[in-house]
Amino acid sequence: MNTENFIPLSTLSIHYKVELTFFDNLNEIGLIEIQTINQTQYVHQDSIYEIEKIIRLHQELDVNIEGIDVVFNLLQKIDALQTELLLVRNRLQLYEN
Amino acid sequence: MAFIDYYKILEVDKKATEADIKKAYRKLARKYHPDLNPNNKEAEKKFKEINEANEVLSHAENRKKYDEYGENWQHAEEFEKSKRQQQQYQSGGQQGGFGGFGGGEDYSDFFESMFGGRASRGGGGRSPQYKGQDFNAELHLNLKDVYTTHKRTLTINGKNIRLTIPAGVENGQIIKIAGHGGEGAGGGPKGDLYITFSIENHTDFKRDKDNLYENVDLDLYIAILGGEITVNTFDGKVKLKVAPGTQNGTKVKLKDKGFPVYKKEGQFGDLYITYQIKIPKNLTEKEKELFTELSKLRTS
Repeated sequence: MNTENFIPLSTLSIHYKVELTFFDNLNEIGLIEIQTINQTQYVHQDSIYEIEKIIRLHQELDVNIEGIDVVFNLLQKIDALQTELLLVRNRLQLYEN
Repeated sequence: MAFIDYYKILEVDKKATEADIKKAYRKLARKYHPDLNPNNKEAEKKFKEINEANEVLSHAENRKKYDEYGENWQHAEEFEKSKRQQQQYQSGGQQGGFGGFGGGEDYSDFFESMFGGRASRGGGGRSPQYKGQDFNAELHLNLKDVYTTHKRTLTINGKNIRLTIPAGVENGQIIKIAGHGGEGAGGGPKGDLYITFSIENHTDFKRDKDNLYENVDLDLYIAILGGEITVNTFDGKVKLKVAPGTQNGTKVKLKDKGFPVYKKEGQFGDLYITYQIKIPKNLTEKEKELFTELSKLRTS
């Protein structure tokens, strides 16, 4: 398997100053997806933005992993509600104009 | 430049202990953290204020200076200078007070003036890393522009950003371009760029998500007798058969003739046509005569 778009966990661990077990825990709870290629663990580069967000919440706000999972679920719900609100507003314009 | 009451910002008393301040900061940071309040300018501003207040009040030296000079902060530097000179004289040139802060970003003028940028961290701990400022931009497009996926180059803060605008983007929709915001502080990541789409509709179609709606005038005789008409869709004209006896306000659905579904290539919504039957005006004598005859036929 090509590792071109993947980043080794060891690199992330050094860069963000977090332990490797932190990523394992995130993987276990389903917040990230770890891929093992040739006995090295990687994450896809597209997930970096979410990983950075997780690390910020963990380091800056002391939110534990379960808490981050709850936060992410709630943020997704807020996002869905905001999208719905936007569509309803646009639909309302159909009747206002 | 106004005095900033950091105690008020952290909602603590002036006699608050270090633990009280830490607790208050944590509580407010959890409330206003930018990751928990995406695209919320007010929260971002508040978060910066909280951080600034914490920088001052959570470090004994900074807090002492702040408490000492308070609203007279404008004279703090003069006092500090004379105090330093006195200390140098007494201790043979040892440096004291605040120094070497530099590089502070996103701090108030008050803070910069009093602490000269980033505040001293006291015990030499790791400086906090803060994500850069998020930028917001509004992109005005016509409905026709977003019927197809296309690329645009935007200039944001002097930088060109090549952007792919997917077909079917919604009016008011916000897309985030990660890492194209302001520089982070203390080695923190760059902020993000949020683009809000403002889509103006200058067409005869009304849009509701992926579906389009259009009113079509229908000739009275075609409505009664049936026939064929040509209607405009968003990507061209189509011929439609009209059933005899079509009523005013009849709706017809043209499948897949609506707007593209966002990020689902090749998928389209439907086009809903509402017939508006046009009643002839200014009838000639002959027409009146014939309509009267018709009306008698219907009533007899």
